Amino acid sequence: MALPPPDPQFVLRGTSAAVHTLHFSCGGPEPDIPLLFSGSENGFIHVWNLKTHRVDTALDGHGRKSVYCVETMGGKDRLLSQGRDQRICLWDLAEGRTSVTDSVFTEHVGFCRCSLLKVAQGRWLMAMAARSLEEVQILELPSKTSVCTLKPEVGAKLGMPMCLKLWQLKCDSQPVLLAGYEDGSVVLWNVSMGKVLSQLICHQEPVMSLDFDTEKAKGISGSSEKVLSIWSLNEQQNLQVYKAHELVNAGISDITIRADKKILATAGWDHRIRIFGWKKLKPLAVLDYHTATVHCVSFSDHSNPRERLLAAGSKDQRISVWSIYAQT
Amino acid sequence: VCFIPGGLDCSISFVSHVLGKVCVHGRQKEILGVLVPHLTDLTKSDCIWQRICWRLVECVPDRWMEAVVLGFVQGASGADVLSRLLGNLVVKNKKAQFVVTQKMLLLQYGHPTGVLQNLLGYLSLDSLRRALLLRVLQELLETWSSSSAVKHSPAEQQLYISKAILICLSHLKEPEIESCRQELLTSMMEGVKCHLDSSLPQLRRLGMVVAESISLKINTEGPVLKFEYEEDDETRELKSLLVQTPPFCVVPSFPDDDRSEKAPLVPESNEKPHTGAPMMADEELDAELDSDDDLTPYDMSEDKELKTKAPVYIRDCIEVLTGSRSEDMDKWEATVKALESLVRKNPAATREVSVELAKILLHLEEKTCIEGFVELRQRAQVAVLTTDPIPVAKYLTSQFYSLNYSLRQRMDILDVLVLAAQELSCPKFHGKTKHSGVQKPCIQLLPGSDSSKDWRRIVDERIKSKTRRFYMGQSHVELASRPNEFNSVAGHFFFPLIQHFDRPLTTFDLLGEDHLVLGRLVHTLAILMYLAVNTVAVTAMGKALLEFVWALRFHTDSYVRQGLLSCVSSLLLSVPTERILADMTEELLETQSWLGDVMEKDPDGDCRRLALQNLLLMENLKKKLEAVPS
Repeated sequence: MALPPPDPQFVLRGTSAAVHTLHFSCGGPEPDIPLLFSGSENGFIHVWNLKTHRVDTALDGHGRKSVYCVETMGGKDRLLSQGRDQRICLWDLAEGRTSVTDSVFTEHVGFCRCSLLKVAQGRWLMAMAARSLEEVQILELPSKTSVCTLKPEVGAKLGMPMCLKLWQLKCDSQPVLLAGYEDGSVVLWNVSMGKVLSQLICHQEPVMSLDFDTEKAKGISGSSEKVLSIWSLNEQQNLQVYKAHELVNAGISDITIRADKKILATAGWDHRIRIFGWKKLKPLAVLDYHTATVHCVSFSDHSNPRERLLAAGSKDQRISVWSIYAQT
Repeated sequence: VCFIPGGLDCSISFVSHVLGKVCVHGRQKEILGVLVPHLTDLTKSDCIWQRICWRLVECVPDRWMEAVVLGFVQGASGADVLSRLLGNLVVKNKKAQFVVTQKMLLLQYGHPTGVLQNLLGYLSLDSLRRALLLRVLQELLETWSSSSAVKHSPAEQQLYISKAILICLSHLKEPEIESCRQELLTSMMEGVKCHLDSSLPQLRRLGMVVAESISLKINTEGPVLKFEYEEDDETRELKSLLVQTPPFCVVPSFPDDDRSEKAPLVPESNEKPHTGAPMMADEELDAELDSDDDLTPYDMSEDKELKTKAPVYIRDCIEVLTGSRSEDMDKWEATVKALESLVRKNPAATREVSVELAKILLHLEEKTCIEGFVELRQRAQVAVLTTDPIPVAKYLTSQFYSLNYSLRQRMDILDVLVLAAQELSCPKFHGKTKHSGVQKPCIQLLPGSDSSKDWRRIVDERIKSKTRRFYMGQSHVELASRPNEFNSVAGHFFFPLIQHFDRPLTTFDLLGEDHLVLGRLVHTLAILMYLAVNTVAVTAMGKALLEFVWALRFHTDSYVRQGLLSCVSSLLLSVPTERILADMTEELLETQSWLGDVMEKDPDGDCRRLALQNLLLMENLKKKLEAVPS
């Protein structure tokens, strides 16, 4: 007899706008307070204190235009945020400051979230959609120098890049980029040479979100249709479709794999969060709390496994925080 | 008849005379039936025989030439045979030329396609005659593109001319097309305009097919004119005429390879991931032990498809449909789908807001892409109209004659009125209504359909049932009798529609350009008249309708005339005989003479048939009167 799905551990209210992006920062040692960063449609980034469940700070840096990506860069003092005002802002939040130290003007008018990869101490690579329709630009941060521009060949008709993931197999190997495009294909790029390594058509509709497990070289992508596509990367760096999983309702906004690679969560347009086992994509739970489409899901980075949380932000302006499968 | 060949100078002019005399007396088939096969064989390889044959026909006197040439053209088995038999007669003899290039093509239209093929093929086979072919094409195109010809000539003649044009086109060579490209283009543009203007779908299709074919011929590279229409046997036959078996006429076939399929790069299959774990490939792994087993799934039985709920109250529906919030597209869709059943389940609530709802539905535009939106809207409108007939009918009929509606909307009003009238006048099974014709013939007024065909069938059945006086096994089930709901409202549907037809508005002129709507209006009135049988208002309706028909009886559009004749039919069928004969005798006599005229002289075949049926119905009426002992 299966148990009914759990209720959220707590719900954060107070953003007064749809929540588009979430990012945890709970890895610091005691007495650091675990934090959750959220970006909303009204342009604010809220820093939530997970002990008091209240907003500690509200950052206003995108001219009241929707913020659709937040990431920390090596700790909770450096924050990166991306907004619909076509800017990526770098924040300094140490010692109570709330200032924008730098910004990149992307000229990108879409919704593609940028992707960060730490390549060395104090150096990051950032992949972001650029001004031209099909291109992806790789910048080095904090110097903001352009590493390369990834342009698909003429006539490829991939459309806009919809989601990006920069990764590298080991600390000093070549960085590669996985990009999901508007035509439903996922492309693997070699960043240093700027060439396409492999391309795979995973969906008939635009790829909304993707995530990749570097250890197993397996990835998953979701789109506006009813199918989740799981694909793998073989030794020759070729993408192959591994499996397709059919959902009950169409539309996935976000997918994320937990750090221990055991489970993954999807945020659905049908207001539901779904949990799957990553190994075989076994459906584990359907969390039905929100009353509007769920825009983002994020797992926390607690060092103590038992404290791990899952957060989901939705158009109904709430952030639900769950503790699920934390015992394993 | 046999000839002695061999060096003798013989004159065969007497044979020509005999031939001519026989043909002109109507014996073409008999004599040519024997002569032509013989000559066909003899002239196959023998030049002398060919020349003899040519002399034979050339010597036929002018007054009999027509009969002879006609006979030959009809009797020859192929264009090359005709060429051998007649030679260059058409070039040398004026009368023959007239018969072949003018009379058979433009003045007559009864010849089968094979004859046309022979004739035009014959013209194309010799360089001297090809000039005639071009002239023929020009004249055919002139007729095809003349708007008065399209309006007034019978459909069969227009079909014949279209076939002739297509066959001519199939024979033309590149340089010839080059020389007359501009004229072809001009005629095509004018002709297609007249054809598309017509109210009869068959003529529109003819125009489209011919225009497409002309465009194909003159635009060898670049985009070609393409219309959307339903293929049927006629169009397929026409298109096949463009292809000729002789080698110099090749029609480019539409390339199939531009439908190139982008095969998905990798098919879905259970391939092994590169870690090589063998158990990955298998779906049924309940027996296998792996670390996923300690993640027990939760209960997911509540996880069902997400369905937006439609509102449950009529007033909520109104709010959703008039609301401008673009967020609730799902709700809007669900409302549109649920509206008809809600209206039918809540008649009292609907009556409170009926006119408002009718107004909203009339102006409702498709906001998202729902399947069958037009039908959903129409059914909702019919539901509203049948629930509260009098105010809604008043509203709809007044809007029919108002400013600033599109033709489509006005025709929608007519369709809704007819469907509602049909529903009200049919006996219903308690609680349910059957929309699609289970009982009496159902009049489906789908956009653009030719309701005159259905109409004929309906009138036929009615006539049958009246003359034989027993029903042909239609509804044996004893239907619970209910009062005729159409009785109290028939007048409200009918009279406002008939009132203002001669009053033009700035955007709507029934008697002028908008004759398509006039045709639909006339057909609608005919159906309403038919459905008004056994109502109290039927006599008054009949009188008004008869006056209406009288005023419009000489209308130039054949679709309108067909409608008027249908009006007369339904009038004769619905108004009780006694009332017809008592109140409308003089009008009926006038109508009878008009019908006689139509039956003989109207260019449209359907009109003639309908007129004949009406005359038969009137005869029946007279007989009935005589049968009743007074």
